[in-house]
Amino acid sequence: MNTAFVQITVNGTLYQKEVEPRMTLVDFLRDELGLTGTHVGCEHGVCGACSILLNDEPIRSCCIFAVQADGMAVTTVEGLALGRGQLSKIQDAFCEKHALQCGYCTPGMLIACHDLIKHTPHPNADEVREAISGNICRCTGYQQIVDAVLYATDPNGANHE
Amino acid sequence: MKAAAFEYVRADNLEHALGILDEAGAEAKLIAGGQSLVPMMAMRFARPSLLVDINRLEELKKISQDEQTIRIGACVRQRDIEFDHSLNQTAPLLKKALSWVGHSQTRNRGTIGGSLVYADPSAELPLASLILGASMHLQSDAGGLREVEAANFFLGPMFTAVSETECLLAIDLPIWHGKRIGSAFTEVSMRKGDFAMASAACQLQINDDETLRRISFGVGGVNSVPTIFPQIAQKMIGKHLTPELAQEIALMVAKECDPGSDTHVSSRFRRSLAETLLARVMLEAVEDSMHNGVNK
Amino acid sequence: MSNTNFKYIGKHRRAVEHRRFVLGEGNYAADIHLRGMLHVAILASPYAHAKIKSIDVSAALAMPGVHTVITGTDLFADTDPILPGVDAPLVKRYPMAIDVARYSGEWVAAVVADTRALAEDAVELIDVEYEVMDHVIDPEDAMSPNSPLIHQSHGSNIIFKRKFTWGEVDQHFSECDHEISYRVRWSRNSTVPIETFAVACSWSDSTQILDVWASIQMPKFPDQLAKALRLDGNAVRVHFDVDVGGSYGLKRGLKHSILVAYLARKLNCPVRFVEDRIENMRGGDMQGPDRIFDVSLGFNSDGIIRSMRMRAVDDIGAYSGRSPLQLGKPIGAIIGPYRIQSVEYEAIAVMTNKTPQEAVRGFGQSPTNYAIETGVDKIARFLKMDRIELRNKNLIGKDEFPYLIPSGTSYDSGDYETVLKKALNAAPLSDLIVERDRLRNSGLLAGIGISTCLEPSGGNSSFEPLFNPKNVTTTWMDSCFIRIDLSGSITAIMGTSTSGQAHETLVSTVVGEILDRPPDDIRVLHADSLNALPSNSPVGSRMAIMLGGAAAGAAKKLRSKLLTIAAHRLSVLPDTLEYREGSFFSKVDQTKIIRWAELIEIAHRKFHELPANLEPGLEEKFVWEVPTGGTLPTADGRVQMYPCHSFEAHVLLASIDPETGKVTIHKYLCGHDCGVMISPDVVHGMTYGGIAHGLGAALLEKFSFSDEGQLLSGTFMDYLLPSSHEVPAITIVDHCTPSPLTEFGQKGSGEAGYLGSPAAIASAVNDALAERNISMNTLPMTPDAIWTALHEHEFGA
Repeated sequence: MNTAFVQITVNGTLYQKEVEPRMTLVDFLRDELGLTGTHVGCEHGVCGACSILLNDEPIRSCCIFAVQADGMAVTTVEGLALGRGQLSKIQDAFCEKHALQCGYCTPGMLIACHDLIKHTPHPNADEVREAISGNICRCTGYQQIVDAVLYATDPNGANHE
Repeated sequence: MKAAAFEYVRADNLEHALGILDEAGAEAKLIAGGQSLVPMMAMRFARPSLLVDINRLEELKKISQDEQTIRIGACVRQRDIEFDHSLNQTAPLLKKALSWVGHSQTRNRGTIGGSLVYADPSAELPLASLILGASMHLQSDAGGLREVEAANFFLGPMFTAVSETECLLAIDLPIWHGKRIGSAFTEVSMRKGDFAMASAACQLQINDDETLRRISFGVGGVNSVPTIFPQIAQKMIGKHLTPELAQEIALMVAKECDPGSDTHVSSRFRRSLAETLLARVMLEAVEDSMHNGVNK
Repeated sequence: MSNTNFKYIGKHRRAVEHRRFVLGEGNYAADIHLRGMLHVAILASPYAHAKIKSIDVSAALAMPGVHTVITGTDLFADTDPILPGVDAPLVKRYPMAIDVARYSGEWVAAVVADTRALAEDAVELIDVEYEVMDHVIDPEDAMSPNSPLIHQSHGSNIIFKRKFTWGEVDQHFSECDHEISYRVRWSRNSTVPIETFAVACSWSDSTQILDVWASIQMPKFPDQLAKALRLDGNAVRVHFDVDVGGSYGLKRGLKHSILVAYLARKLNCPVRFVEDRIENMRGGDMQGPDRIFDVSLGFNSDGIIRSMRMRAVDDIGAYSGRSPLQLGKPIGAIIGPYRIQSVEYEAIAVMTNKTPQEAVRGFGQSPTNYAIETGVDKIARFLKMDRIELRNKNLIGKDEFPYLIPSGTSYDSGDYETVLKKALNAAPLSDLIVERDRLRNSGLLAGIGISTCLEPSGGNSSFEPLFNPKNVTTTWMDSCFIRIDLSGSITAIMGTSTSGQAHETLVSTVVGEILDRPPDDIRVLHADSLNALPSNSPVGSRMAIMLGGAAAGAAKKLRSKLLTIAAHRLSVLPDTLEYREGSFFSKVDQTKIIRWAELIEIAHRKFHELPANLEPGLEEKFVWEVPTGGTLPTADGRVQMYPCHSFEAHVLLASIDPETGKVTIHKYLCGHDCGVMISPDVVHGMTYGGIAHGLGAALLEKFSFSDEGQLLSGTFMDYLLPSSHEVPAITIVDHCTPSPLTEFGQKGSGEAGYLGSPAAIASAVNDALAERNISMNTLPMTPDAIWTALHEHEFGA
């Protein structure tokens, strides 16, 4: 079994591991680092459950091998909180607006929403739907997710699509 | 769905990459964005023994232009093309095509080179490159540099002129100069972001008297490769692109298409879609040209 | 109980579960790491029907990192078969094929290796010799006498067939002014969760316990697992605290679990199997109803629908789980919300060489509602009557409840006309009409869709004895255990799994309401199967009713005990005390108060102050049989199916581009009545999600098979799940007709939205196509299907 040495910073911590080149980034995060917050849904780049930030950009971590991310920085759902037990605005909004049910697509969904808000601080409903269109949810029908993002970006209004 | 085992090499520079390809031949595959390749490897449809990562080759990531030509490096991310201000001026069709390509997450990683080399018959960038008269720069150790026009680049479904030992370096797009240049890209897919059931695109230039000065158009997803129709386009020069003419051309084009069927789409439907979309997109391009009176 | 002012019930409240999910700290089966755990990969049959002549596993076994390779022969020797839910003992299923592969994707061999990747490598080294046999894919072909047989010993491909006649069907038809007949086809799809099935097992020689962590939603799972493995019931410990990433009925996982448990015991080492998406789609047996409905409706010129004949053929695939029973459950709402007086219902479950079908959200009700609603719209068109007016003429009136339907179920309560009216007013309908006309004038086809559908809830099992008289079961309980500890903290324990329904939130709200203590301070845990009280799983929209009812029951017992302690301590009669927030106050003497902390102290520590005959401590259980349950079906197949009946009225506006066949939904409203909502956010969430599921079934999703029986839509590239672009913004309008059968008036709503949306979307599409004299009678209504229907006349013979 041939292995390669990788150094990847995840949620601010540098990890150094010896892994098979064929190990995808999502499997690396989950199995090598025990960060099981990122989920596997399809392993062929469609469902978005595996979304993470790679050098601050949302990507599908099932479509990249860990070795390719050598020297890069990854943020997973575990790195979104502002501090221990301190939910970020979008995480809090998801809870307030009931933007999840089984929670399986949620980490990827949060990553997509987090990225949207960074680039578009006050998105409208269409922009939210576009931003999450690469993340499939089977529980929520998306409505409360859209509501959550609108709420997170304008908590003063009772924002609803 | 774990890929079959392979050796991994990160190319330090182009020379390094080409050297590996020269030695390993069919056993090696280049990986850039990986948005198509990695799923194929996960399903074990692709099983290279050696994966050569070219993501860090700076020489393949440049966008440059001169008076006549835009040159886009093969490893330029689709997202970077989408948001490149100058490209939006000089080659707006690219951005329009990209709005149909996958999702923002896939465009963050996917490269223009990857899309062209992967050559899905219904992919958007291959069709756009054909319409814009692109040419592709290829290089191998043994063969050196060569340039292949888009029309000779796409040879079949998932099959291009790129040989086993070659790397696509860059794509040249001739710049259209003048005013009243319009472009449009449209497709119909089952869901937004899916591969198109059929797609159509057009770039044109309108004279002051509203006749056609120049036009290039094509359809995707309805033949084994995206297809343009330069002879038909040539005959349209000097005419007014009316809805009637657009319908007539679209019908003519549809008759020349040989679409396949799959789970979702019958060939009959694809052909009809191509006709509908082509007529629409030509008129959209005319409409678009009205907003572009300025010399580029 | 009706519209009483609740303190916690019915209020906005953050779900307890969500905190861990948004932090990425869910505990899903694929997250379970057991020391030394090994991994499974599967070799599946490429053929729809083939004899397995030989399997050579030697090369796979020899590969470094491989621990074992097994085939069906091993399982046949050491496990008992999974039997169907109907009386067909010769249709046996094992986790892997025994001698014959009966569908493409059936599991033929399993490899256990150090890593999943290595296991997949080894799978490629297994050499199987097949002898291809004739196969049958079409269910009507499978019913013909010359068809290849899926199970030789069963003698036929029909695993269940029964015709029920309730009421004077022939007479009513002959008396009616008119009759229409039609066929609709509900193509095979299912609710496809984003998490595939995953199961990890660990066996201990010293304790002789099998520990199981699985992504499971299945009644009697631990018992069936034990039985198949020939283990005692108390040798299997299923950990229900595993978070399940969506199930919507599907995650029965019995064969996966038997396989992994067998391997764990054989190797004396923990083993985990996480289905990949291809394994899941093709061989996970998680496909859904696949139906042909032939329906006739007898009606009068004034629009009154008197009688219905329905024949439902369901292609269940190559093996039977609970799938034939999905033809039975809809019997409990077979006339929908209408006053249809008599029904003839023929249910036929047929086997083909396809992936087996399992339970899907609604357990057959959504396809049935689609079949009924299609007919109602057709009658309206026939009579040139407005579809709303026609419905209002036939809807059971709010004063007619409880309403006994011909098949023996009594609908508990409802006000269908009001819910429909609310939905129409919220649109408002007049705006939809204006917009529809504007769309039509712009060159598009446009239509308004309406559906009014029942959502039976409460998960009574009576379709089991109904379809299999040998299965004499009438108990369908659920339970809850609550303890108040020494510090006065409340903990409630439930005995089954959760897959997104926020049960912890449900239970803590209910217990908080009864004990008048803040729900956020009440902890709810999931037991394991060895220390759980009996449960029948979250199926059939039953948990608000059953788990809610059990939690309320246990909480009431606790409150009653607290009252007894208080009255004794204060030396007053119990009915002179008032309870508020955990303390008792005398109604007559202001000085007599006893507070929560003191009550706890007495119960736990002051036996000398405890009333006689009371057990020390504060813990109570409540095991509750489903209301209206407990009776077996009559000879002619009448039985009370589910106890409570929620209702939904969908109204939407859609347009179709006639050149591309694409459907766009412009506005979507759902009027919904599930009685008192314990957690409105949860109910709304499930309704939105159900509508999205239904939209997928109506427009996008299909498990397509080639003529060779190959699954063509086995990945997410071909099986198309709706994204945020395909699902429109949805407005829900609530109404409440409480159930007289439950503690708070709650009804179930886990299947909400899904049960009416395919019917409503079909209604809109057909309304749009009506001007072209076309109707779509098959789901999904893909662009190609719609376009072809529109242009068929151009094609010639």
